[in-house]
Amino acid sequence: MKMITIKKNEWAGGLEKAAQAFRLFGPVKEKEFHSFKRLQTGVLPDLTCLNTRLSPKHLIYPQSEVMFDYTLDESKADHHILKETARDDSPQAVVGIRPCDAKAFVLVRMNFDTPEYQDPYWIRAYESTTLVGLGCAAPCSSCFCTTAGCGPYHEEGLDVLLADAGDHYLAKVLTEKGATFVAAAGWRTAAEPQAADQKIAALKQASESKIASFVQTDNLRAAETTDLHNAAFWEEVSFACINCGTCTFSCPTCWCFDIQDENRGKTGVRMKNWDSCMYPLFTLHGTGHNPRGSKLHRVRQRFMHKLKYFVDKYDRGIQCVGCGRCVRLCPVNIDIRRVCNMMNGFAASGEACAIK
Amino acid sequence: MLSYTEKIREIAGRLLQSGAVEMVIGFRAGTVPMMNEPHFAKTPADVQKLVWDSHCGINLANYLTDRKEKIGVVAKGCDSRNIVTHIIENKIKREQLVIIGVPCKGMVDKRKIAMKAEAEITEVIEAETTITVKGHGFSKTFEKKDVLQHNCALCIHRNPVIHDEIVGAPVEEQQGVDRYADVRSLEAMTPEQRWKYFDDLLTPCIRCYACRNACPLCYCPTCFVDEARPQWVGKSQDPGDVRTFHFLRAYHCAGRCTDCGACERACPVGINMRTFTKKLEKDCLDLFGWEAGLDPEVRPPLDVYRPQDPNDFIK
Repeated sequence: MKMITIKKNEWAGGLEKAAQAFRLFGPVKEKEFHSFKRLQTGVLPDLTCLNTRLSPKHLIYPQSEVMFDYTLDESKADHHILKETARDDSPQAVVGIRPCDAKAFVLVRMNFDTPEYQDPYWIRAYESTTLVGLGCAAPCSSCFCTTAGCGPYHEEGLDVLLADAGDHYLAKVLTEKGATFVAAAGWRTAAEPQAADQKIAALKQASESKIASFVQTDNLRAAETTDLHNAAFWEEVSFACINCGTCTFSCPTCWCFDIQDENRGKTGVRMKNWDSCMYPLFTLHGTGHNPRGSKLHRVRQRFMHKLKYFVDKYDRGIQCVGCGRCVRLCPVNIDIRRVCNMMNGFAASGEACAIK
Repeated sequence: MLSYTEKIREIAGRLLQSGAVEMVIGFRAGTVPMMNEPHFAKTPADVQKLVWDSHCGINLANYLTDRKEKIGVVAKGCDSRNIVTHIIENKIKREQLVIIGVPCKGMVDKRKIAMKAEAEITEVIEAETTITVKGHGFSKTFEKKDVLQHNCALCIHRNPVIHDEIVGAPVEEQQGVDRYADVRSLEAMTPEQRWKYFDDLLTPCIRCYACRNACPLCYCPTCFVDEARPQWVGKSQDPGDVRTFHFLRAYHCAGRCTDCGACERACPVGINMRTFTKKLEKDCLDLFGWEAGLDPEVRPPLDVYRPQDPNDFIK
């Protein structure tokens, strides 16, 4: 594992060089909040950003993605034949991504890249992407990454971990992709590995000590699925929910999508669009029956998927990295930390825990 | 206003105990600063969780739609007007409700406050006319009237228009408010300028439908954007489809919107979609002298034909 020192006065020049080999994306502030945007020449990622309002999942998994196009014009030889739509899978790098958002791609990959099924769109985008993360020196009060299988300096999913060491960044190069990026940027000053490791460990410890928000997940796996499904607390948990898609669309780990054909005149496209378990069309059957026809069913589905079905299926923890976006953005303040602890408490006691 | 919490608890406890209602819908304290959660109370323990402060912006009329129980509902001015609209539109019966009126001086805009704070806000302390926010290394006090939600700053119906119980003395209504300055500036634009304005306004939209779902007026069993047979609107981020959603949603609120601000408050990306509904609100006022939700006995102008209705638009 290589450790590089990047002096802050080498930062902008390095990114400029890297931009010749990579499409660069980073947090940029527009009006009231930060989003991950393509960095235009001369624009630097804003590394003062605590985190972006919405997650960067769209950089690998766009909200709407055209897969095929076709013509319905019967005078054309290839009418009614789906043709793969050209797309740009040239190398891209996401600079300033937070460790939680990088870890989220590891979780999402479990769904899109399995021995049985490979989603070529997601995989190609993922493989062309280098994640250059920045350790969090100042986590938000609603961040709960350390108990959600992640952390402010967590390395899983990242290609490079940057740590802000005052007048320079320490760059821990974690993968081949990361080495390629650092070389393209021309950052070559090796850091003394032991001292750099110690520095990062100290920063990590300082940051982790600032995390003030936690979830308990230790009982989820042992819990009886049907008992949890039938728990009395879902009515109380779901009451305030308005079934909007804010939580699922802002979440870095929500992966559900829907496929649509859209025609205009004699041509059309087949596209993937994000779907949300909060929506009335989600799992609506062709018969008109919907097994998740009510608000309670939908809210329960979201939490059970993230905190129980995922846990059971993969045995890799919960489908959540503790970024806190859904907590901060829910219009009616439904808080996954509270629900997770209720589910975990229920599992421990075998009955609905006292509702806080 | 800080005494409202005790009064709400007292009334809710009494209504539940006497069996006058089966549940009381109000707010409980939120888990993050400047947020509360809509909450139903059925037991004395639930009642003790009910709170009131300047973060109760969600419109609780939205939680009454098609319910069958007898319900006590906490209602500030705008909620009460949407309850009236619900009664007119047969979404709830007057006799099912015990309305616990809350004279209101406006809800604070958490985004406005967050943007004026130096760092993340971790603590909020509210006094009668001020609000103090604190975070790492800073503390800042605002006059509430300077940081109100935009719709609250323009509100002229702060007192509930209909109620069975009331938690405090009526508050003074704001006089001489220019409610439609923003609409007039839009009306003064050329069509090209206006189109650009709408495009910029809607660019951040992620189609989460929080605006629609936070709105008590949006209760169609299947919304036009969710119709699949036939499918009226595409599902992608195509700007035409995004616009179609916003424009049609707004039109469906014509003559019904009370400018409660729930849509704008709910939006995760800060879009002021009230721009659309306010234009319709202004037109209803100009053309029919109509303000929505003031009287359950009067049919709304788009429901009825009157010979004197303006018809200048017929060319």
